Amino acid sequence: MSERVLMKGNEALAEAALRAGCRFFAGYPITPQTEILEYLSWRMDEVGGSYTQAESELAAVNMVFGAASGGARALTTSSGPGFSLKQEGISYLCASDLPAVIVNVMRIGSGLGDIAQGQGDYWQMTRGGGHGDYRTIVLAPNSVQENADLTYLAFDLAEKYRHPVLMASDAAIGQMIEAVELPEFKEHDIDKFDWSVKGGKVTEKYRKIQNIFYSMGPAYEDFLREKYAKMEAEEQRWESTAVEDAELVFVAFGISSRVCEEAVEGARAKGLKVGLIRPITLYPFPVKAFEEAKKVKAFMTNEMNLLAQMTDDVRLATGCKIPVYHSGSIFSISDTQELIARAEEVIRAAKGGDRT
Amino acid sequence: MKLKAPERVTFNKSGFCPGCGHGVAGRLIAEVAEEMGLADKLITTVDVACGSLHLEDWHFDTVMAAHGRTLVTAIGLKKVRKDNPVLAYYGDGAGYAIGMAETIHAGLRNDNVIAIVVNNAIYGMTGGQMAPTTLPGQKTTSSPYGKDAARFGKPFRIEDAYSGFDIGYLARGALVGAANINRAKKMIRKAFEKHMNNQGLCYVELLSPCPTNWNLAPLKAKDFLLDEMTKHFPLGEFKGGDAK
Amino acid sequence: MTEMICAGFGGQGVLTAGMLLIHAGMKQGKNVIFYPSYGSEMRGGTANCAIKISEKKIASPVIRQADIVFTMNAPAIDKFESMLKPGGLLLVNSSLVDANRTYREDIRVVKAPVTDIANDLGNPRGANIAMIGVLAAATDLFDPEFLIARINDYFEAKGKKAPANETCFRKGMEAV
Repeated sequence: MSERVLMKGNEALAEAALRAGCRFFAGYPITPQTEILEYLSWRMDEVGGSYTQAESELAAVNMVFGAASGGARALTTSSGPGFSLKQEGISYLCASDLPAVIVNVMRIGSGLGDIAQGQGDYWQMTRGGGHGDYRTIVLAPNSVQENADLTYLAFDLAEKYRHPVLMASDAAIGQMIEAVELPEFKEHDIDKFDWSVKGGKVTEKYRKIQNIFYSMGPAYEDFLREKYAKMEAEEQRWESTAVEDAELVFVAFGISSRVCEEAVEGARAKGLKVGLIRPITLYPFPVKAFEEAKKVKAFMTNEMNLLAQMTDDVRLATGCKIPVYHSGSIFSISDTQELIARAEEVIRAAKGGDRT
Repeated sequence: MKLKAPERVTFNKSGFCPGCGHGVAGRLIAEVAEEMGLADKLITTVDVACGSLHLEDWHFDTVMAAHGRTLVTAIGLKKVRKDNPVLAYYGDGAGYAIGMAETIHAGLRNDNVIAIVVNNAIYGMTGGQMAPTTLPGQKTTSSPYGKDAARFGKPFRIEDAYSGFDIGYLARGALVGAANINRAKKMIRKAFEKHMNNQGLCYVELLSPCPTNWNLAPLKAKDFLLDEMTKHFPLGEFKGGDAK
Repeated sequence: MTEMICAGFGGQGVLTAGMLLIHAGMKQGKNVIFYPSYGSEMRGGTANCAIKISEKKIASPVIRQADIVFTMNAPAIDKFESMLKPGGLLLVNSSLVDANRTYREDIRVVKAPVTDIANDLGNPRGANIAMIGVLAAATDLFDPEFLIARINDYFEAKGKKAPANETCFRKGMEAV
């Protein structure tokens, strides 16, 4: 690892993509993602890759589809409204069994929304936001360091599964500057795959990138079941804090998880048994993490959305046996002291009002 | 006249209707690629509609793109595989309706790919609906009384849209009759040559009959193409060509 | 943890000041974070950033109550004085703020004519560095010699070595 340097989250993400061997980027400006595009507009040339500012997110994601077909490590990034336009390409990438990395620097609200941080795209990102029968691995960084590290990982996972991987960053992580150790450069050989299009002699088997059930037929169903089962078995990632004896466990990802971590410390100092599960993969959701919470009386998600989107996954992970509360505002990152107060309230309620 | 079938197309299986121009276009592309010694390197992208049937009859590495995104898929591919000739193959619906933004911006950027656009004035795969290329008065399943140009516009002409752009090559041919087909092949060849010289977007639109959706017998469809379609879609070279 | 807001007109170098301070904090081996105002807020001609420097992990990038508010003009005081914790420190650029202005009773106010200091030294863009000097003198956040060394290596790494910075820094310190 190299020396720690100060970088903006978006720029660390962009630099880490290059270091992971990404040599193709196409994108479209939208706040709060734009620094990724701006950074790569000059930096991609320096590493000998291809950068395109496309006419739309649709064009950009389909350029990525083309580059991925050719075996390249390819990236596109957007935010909110633009990320919705990427769904066409993400669905096609899944159908065609192609690796790529698509970043959503989440912002607030539906429709135009606004440029402040948000976590309202949880359902869209974890449920397969486009048409058809697919999901994708979703990585949720909570620091500038993880913006770099998880982007680096995302390309490997995309390649491992021949499947797009999504990054659920947000405006806070994208815009803030922290110290980061950047990963080492690695080379990617675009000819290393037998499936990628590259041309060939007339006697060779022709490579056709298309919806793979055309060529697979009935075997497609088992192929797909196994692909997702493998992701769910091998790729659950999370970080637990003080979960084992906790009566209340926060569940939070991204920037919200940092406030929860601080709230856990504050609550423990007051004698409250509070813990935190931080999903790093939003899909596959880290259900294994919940096995540790043996004393838990309630869970509380903290997410910057109003519809308590992640509570669905917490209920599923716990078989709907434990109450799940929601905290958080769409307008701001939660306040640590308010979270501690909520935790105290929920623990008291879970104990049937016992004030001892 | 000697006839040599190109190795890169199969004659075993074709999904195209009798009298359709797609089969001819596919064969011309294969012939040019073989004659120029580029067949081992050529990568193609096809759209989702009738043109995608070349997935079955072309012996090239081929990517099936999303509808209207065939051109940008080829552009992304070419940028990472600079040594391969890359050809995008799609229809008028893909290029001039859903993919219009991509068509215009590929011209604006003069992206270095070959585009072969088959224009049959309707949407073929979905059963013959009106397209931006449909002729005034032409009956289709979504313009049953004939296209009202005052409401839906005149047939879209790529040479008008690209008039201000410095692209590598722009021509229109027709896939009916030996003379036109030979001329179309020369246009395709020129597009390949300029592409190999990295001259940017090399674009050939090919007028094709669609007897099935035009509700015309193949010979009548040929007449309609030459008598009616060419009034709106003149044949020839518009950019990067030799003297007419 | 020290939570600080830096604010002023666009062009007064308040974002640079924030970057210099977290750069120095990082070099002390501490955790640091910088959160800029961005997007539409940029259009008003004011600039601000939130920075935190801490021995411990830093949770939120957002500041609700600041230990220090580093201002370069009057609108910045209007906007951020109320965010100071009781006992917090407000740095005021007296070159550009009415001498009769009144402040909260429960905070510490340190005034220095940093725009004049920078102009007098022929380095008008150095007012932010002078204010960092004020900060160095008014707090024990950084050893001043360490801080000026880090300011110098920050600019050197960007290929913008400017000896005038050090003079501005020292004059700022003396003004306290």
